[in-house]
Amino acid sequence: MQGGATGLAFRGRTASIGFAHGPFVRVDAGTSGERVAGSLVEEALALRGAIDVASGQIAELAAIAGGEAAQILEFQVALLEDEDFIEAIFASIGEGKAADVAWRSALDTQIADYNSAEDEYLKARSSDLADLRDRVINVLRGGEGQTPRIPSGAVVCADDLPPSRFLEIDWSGGGGLALLRGSPTSHVAMLARARGIPMVVQLGAIPGVGATALLDGESATLELDPGAEQVRVFEKRRESHRKSRASARAILRRPTASWRGERIKLFINIQRVDDLEHADAQYADGIGLMRTEFLLTSGLPDEETQFQAYDAVLRWADRRPVTIRTFDAGGDKPVPGFTMDGEANPFLGVRGLRLCLARPDIFTVQLRALARAAVRGNLKVMFPMVTSADELEAGRKLFAEIVQRLQADGIAAMLPELGIMVEVPAAALAIASFKASFFSIGSNDLAQYALACDRSNGALAPLMDPLHPALLELIARTAEHGRRAGISVSLCGDMASDPRFIPALLNCGLRELSVNASALAQIKQTIDRLSSGGGLG
Amino acid sequence: MLDKADGHIFTGNVRLVHAVGMHARPAVKLTKLAKKFQAQISVRVAGAAEWINAKSVVKIMAMRAAHGSTIEIKASGSDAEAAVAALVDLIATDFPDEAS
Repeated sequence: MQGGATGLAFRGRTASIGFAHGPFVRVDAGTSGERVAGSLVEEALALRGAIDVASGQIAELAAIAGGEAAQILEFQVALLEDEDFIEAIFASIGEGKAADVAWRSALDTQIADYNSAEDEYLKARSSDLADLRDRVINVLRGGEGQTPRIPSGAVVCADDLPPSRFLEIDWSGGGGLALLRGSPTSHVAMLARARGIPMVVQLGAIPGVGATALLDGESATLELDPGAEQVRVFEKRRESHRKSRASARAILRRPTASWRGERIKLFINIQRVDDLEHADAQYADGIGLMRTEFLLTSGLPDEETQFQAYDAVLRWADRRPVTIRTFDAGGDKPVPGFTMDGEANPFLGVRGLRLCLARPDIFTVQLRALARAAVRGNLKVMFPMVTSADELEAGRKLFAEIVQRLQADGIAAMLPELGIMVEVPAAALAIASFKASFFSIGSNDLAQYALACDRSNGALAPLMDPLHPALLELIARTAEHGRRAGISVSLCGDMASDPRFIPALLNCGLRELSVNASALAQIKQTIDRLSSGGGLG
Repeated sequence: MLDKADGHIFTGNVRLVHAVGMHARPAVKLTKLAKKFQAQISVRVAGAAEWINAKSVVKIMAMRAAHGSTIEIKASGSDAEAAVAALVDLIATDFPDEAS
């Protein structure tokens, strides 16, 4: 390490947040060495023996690791106990293949199959299978546990790392994981998050071999052989992360956020049902925005599929409120068979509620599912992209008819509270004309429309200022109307998840915010600091 | 389905409510439960051509049953009726952890 010199830096994707500074260790799983095949019977016995040894090793690992890790390893055990699968491998040994060749080819077929899946979750399972493949082959080659010693606190670098290898490494002294490929949804990423081990994936090619490394899971960077200045900056980041994380987690557990004696409700936004698995989600006051566009990714969903998704979220929330937004397709979210083709300016086109009202065939299915879900919990429904009060009333009329029809058929259903997204400047300016039960400010679109800036156009980034007085004026008007009329007003755009904008939002009169689950702790902490007279820190 | 001479075939239908579909953990739970029965048990996503051995985790995963799809179950053998009921219950109750 030369003082002052700048080492190599690489950027990947965050899989687990945290910091590691330690020796750099490459652990490429080279399964080297050839094995001499025996007779058919010997080969069959060799594989049977290797499978038994591997089963034992995995069971041992699972017993030590426990909890989530044990469940992950259970999949590997189930594979070894799958007679259909194993019998086919023995059959190919019977046809003259060597044990390791037969085993590898069966596993490689599975791995290729999982890798070709579109679902990232399924793709990530392929590393579990590669883990199992290598473990059995390692036993067949007579090597048992000949893993290189990894010094405590090391930054371990591999192409990808299987869960069982992760568990064999001693993480008690800290350390981190830097993967050239890998995925944030892999089992090993789940294990790293559960253990608080920083992990960065998809770093791409790392040409150099280093002696020491800095791994920053927050900014997803790996620095090799860092200079003294790099280390100083890194340690500073690590320290401030440690402090803010510790106090944010503590604050998260407190029942409510408050500011100047007023309660601030903090909800979360979810894109899909799985988002509720985030560890911090349980501390939210409810769901402030459940998007439903995920249901449109594989064709138009039927009523039952939708009902199940809404019901799952309501069950999770128990008595807490859940605000579900009806399909917000169109704009930058085209859906084949639903949205209009060939619009010259789709952001100003038939999108959101406009589209749903134009397609009652599709909208009716969603409203039926929502009407049935409404009896299952504290459901609120909101319409996106509303410009005039007539649109809200048209949606309400359709919804009420659907509820009546369901009830007439003896199906449990009710009309939930109805609200609107405030994202069209005209709606914010004419807010008193809407007979809504609640308002939710969609600050991303509101900013784009008020500032006349396409939010995806990077050249306009300097103009897209969420603190532009015009935007704050629209937010404040909406909040003020809510306060006078006794109607709840929240904000669910990206602004709410950014600590820098919280003072302005509170000063606009907002007392309800809906944020990403990963930002919940930080936003609660920010409000707490502001409340105790501190700055943003 | 062809009726075999040696016993009734019991069948059941159930919707897969698991949020991410038939992924590793649900598949492991399903095969583990299926293996507790003597009966021959097959499953398929409604309408699929091929029936799949409910005791093979590899094949269950390969079904790629998505969230919201309907799973058809059929079983034959001495405890076939109980097997179908148990599997329907497991899937309908979203693979609870205590189902071991």
